[in-house]
Formats: sequence, C-alpha cells, structure tokens
Amino acid sequence: MTLDLSLLPDGGVPWLAASGDHADVVLSSRIRFARNVAGYAFTARARDGERLRLLAQVRDALPQVPSLGGAAVLRMDEMSLIERQLLHERHLVSKELAGLDGANEVKSAAAVLVSHEAGVMVNEEDHLRLQSFRSGFDLDGAFRAATRLDRDLGSILPYAFHPDFGFLTSCPTNTGTGMRASVLIHLPGLVLTQEISKVLQGLQQMGLTYRGLYGEGSEVIGNFFQISNQTTLGRSEEELVEHLSRVVQRVVEQETQARRVLLRDAGYIIEDKLWRAYGTLRHARSLPADEAMNLLSGVRLAVGLQLIAGLSVYTLNKLLIFSQSAHLAHAAGRTLTESEANLARAKYVRRVLADETGPAGEIA
Amino acid sequence: MLCQQCKERDAVLNLTHLVGEAVQQVHLCEKCAAERGLPTTIAMPKPTPIGDFLSSVQNQVSAMPGDAARCSYCGTSLRDFRASGRLGCAQCYGAFEQSLRDLLRRVQGNVKHVGRLYAAPTGEAMSQDAALSHLRQQLHDAVSREEFETAASLRDQIRTLE
Repeated sequence: MTLDLSLLPDGGVPWLAASGDHADVVLSSRIRFARNVAGYAFTARARDGERLRLLAQVRDALPQVPSLGGAAVLRMDEMSLIERQLLHERHLVSKELAGLDGANEVKSAAAVLVSHEAGVMVNEEDHLRLQSFRSGFDLDGAFRAATRLDRDLGSILPYAFHPDFGFLTSCPTNTGTGMRASVLIHLPGLVLTQEISKVLQGLQQMGLTYRGLYGEGSEVIGNFFQISNQTTLGRSEEELVEHLSRVVQRVVEQETQARRVLLRDAGYIIEDKLWRAYGTLRHARSLPADEAMNLLSGVRLAVGLQLIAGLSVYTLNKLLIFSQSAHLAHAAGRTLTESEANLARAKYVRRVLADETGPAGEIA
Repeated sequence: MLCQQCKERDAVLNLTHLVGEAVQQVHLCEKCAAERGLPTTIAMPKPTPIGDFLSSVQNQVSAMPGDAARCSYCGTSLRDFRASGRLGCAQCYGAFEQSLRDLLRRVQGNVKHVGRLYAAPTGEAMSQDAALSHLRQQLHDAVSREEFETAASLRDQIRTLE
C-alpha cells in the first residue's frame, strides 16, 4: 500500500495551525483515551483473527460515529517502514503501533483511523487508543472532541469496564479513566535561565509527568516537553484536565517571565544566538536532525520575542514535523542515507523559509 | 556466519562449550537460541517502566504466594504479568484482584475509579458464540438469496472467528 498523504484530512496534523491560545509556547493539546472491547483478549494476547475481527468491528461502526466522518483507515501492517515512520513523526501513531519499538514488528491488523476531529489507533497496547489534538493551549477543546468520540464509539462497541477499576487497560497504570491529557510545550526560556529542573520537579510533586517530543521513552530535544497527568485512577476526567490546565497555565507564565529576564539580563547575547540560529537555517547546506531541531527552537524563541518579523509560528510548526527523516525520504520516494537526509533537510528548510520571507541572496 | 541449527539466519550468539576436555563452539541465531531457552532479546519480555518496578519487587520477594495463579480466560499467570507489566485480558482484573488492588494503591495512589461511569450497549455485547451463530444465520440467508459475494465475505468472517 502506498501512503497517499492527500487522503489524510488536514494531513492528520490540523494542530500545526498555531491557532489556539499561547501557540508560540504551547504547540498542541492532546487527550487520549485507552479502551478495550469486551470479549477479546488484550492485543498482545489476542490471536490474529481476533485482531482482524476487532478492526472490522471498528470499521463497521464508522458510519455511526460522526466525529470519525470521512476518516482515512490506514493499515500499519500493509505499509512500508518509511510510511509508518512518517505517521509517527506526525504523532498519529505510537512507536508500538508502527512497529518502531525495538522489536520492529507490526502486529497484524494494527491500524489508525484519522479524521478532521480525532483519531483512533486500533490494536495498539490496548484495542483502541482514541485521541484528539488541538492547536495551542486548548485542553478543553481536545477533551470535548475526545469525549464525543468516546461516547459515540462506546455506544456501539462494548468497552471492558469494571465498577471499581473503571475502564480496563492492558497496563494497570492506565486503568480508571484510561485518560492521558498532555500538552506539547516549548520552554527555552526556562532551560536557558536554568530554572527548568525546578519546574520539572514541581510537576512531579503535583502528580504530573514530562517526556520528550515523542512521548514515552523519547529524549528531550529542542527544549520541547510533553507534560501530562501521571495517574489515571481516583480522579475524574474533568478534574485531571482542570488540574493539568491550571499547572500548564502557571508554567506558561513562568516561561514568559524567564524570557523577559533573558532579554533584560543578556539581551545582546541572546539576540546574537538566535539570529545565528536563523542564519544557519537560512543558509546551511547540510542539517542533521538534532541540530535542525535545536535551531528551530532558537528561531521559535526569536519569533516569540518578536525579534524576527514575517515568520509565522505555523511555518515553524510545519518545519519541525515535515523536516524529519521519514518525511524527507517519503518526498524523495526512496530511503535516504543520513548524509543525503541532511542535505535534503537543509534544502527543504531553506525553501520553506525563502517562500515565507523572501530569497536570501541565493542565485536560483 | 549461519546458524548451525536452522542454517537459514545469521548466527548472533556464539557459545563455547566444554565437553570433557574438548572445546566446542556453537553458533546460533536469535530464534534458535530462544528455542533452546538461552537468553536473547526474543526470549526476554519487553521491558516497561511498570515491568521494571514489578521485577524489582519480585527480586525482593523471590517466590510470592499466588505467582502461579492463572486467569482462566486468557491463561496469563501472575508471574507473566510481573515480568511484562501487562495483563492478558479484562478478566485478569478479577483473577488477580487482590494483587492488583495492592499494586494500584502503590502506583496510582488509589483503588477506586471516580470518573465517568459506563454501561455497555446491550445489543452489541454478544459473546463470540452468539456472534458466530448470527453470522451463520446471515450466511444461510445469503446463500438462499444467491448473494454469493456476501456469502463469501460472511464465510471468511466465520473462519476468522473460528
């Protein structure tokens, strides 16, 4: 199967639009519900036939689930490695679903459904992982969309539920609400002022946890953090969302304050550092992935501080996701070596920046 | 070098055996090594944070009472769960209820769900047997109407179920 990206509503990433609150600091807000369907063993124990049957049941339910209207159904077990990596780079599938987690094995009937409103991973660690993203800081919007999807799907498929333990999940760390609320947030000010470890410790004391750009097990790079609730049992969905919202609001304020301090105390050093980052992105001929991420972090900060004009947060969001290796390989139509990918990345970044802000002294 | 056992895959494990006074080299691929019970990444359960936590608990109390207890629906034992951090099915929650309550109290700080309540849809919550008999009835009807494409699809669904 060849992945036709035009089939994905909004490319599956409407949250790149940078339209929500505090969009220069908070890239996206996400709600995810882990659900299992009664009558089947959990995915890891289920037989191939059971997984296939589950996927068929979900597909059959589609016409009755308005928030999945027009959804693309993508079978992971029919896709190439590059295509699966690309969907992972867009945050549409987990490493586990895409078979990118060590074992490199895609389970039969592993699939993802993507609509404008929401998405569903089928045959992940749990049978269903329902998720909704919103651009910027909008946990309430993501929660409303995910809840709508959850109620619609749960009125057709019988979920595994226990009066004491709540929604039953393969790993007991998800049981209860089965909900993970998270924001993807950019905190260069707190990192540069070395306040970040204090903030991260504070999060843990408040029952929250943080991870890197790609969730569990991913490293923090480019000053991007995912902050989410740690526990799922003993508090209602609304309480968990409200608690996270309140804390994130506070972190955004701390980040804004740190940026002010930076400009006040180290103005020209910071300005120089950020303009150099921009210069490198505009002119480099080879860009390794990690370097690109760090430079984009710098330019994002510069745009937030209104040092660089004429460059939108939307473009920076797009660069962050679309300049990653699988996207470049997909555009090239073949696997790229690391050095080929670095060349392609530099070229792509230069082109996007030139399209937005005009040419930078290049001959053709 | 090829695996000595299957002679198909590359050997990744090279063992040196002492047989009497003679030294014997054995080269095995990951799969064949796992089949012989040798530790490989295939044989090792996938580590998860909770898996790590559980195995550390397990190391402290090497043989916990009830470890061999199994879920009658999916066959997962408490020992399997302690190794992988994952339960096999919804019924495991009933089979290992006491152990899970203790665990949830420690990792979640709570044992009682207070979020949204849920009632499964009645019509759809049918057992596998009920679903099979429903499909067989549909197959019978499709054949009698000579709708052979529908019948073929139903037959496939029944085979999948069986």
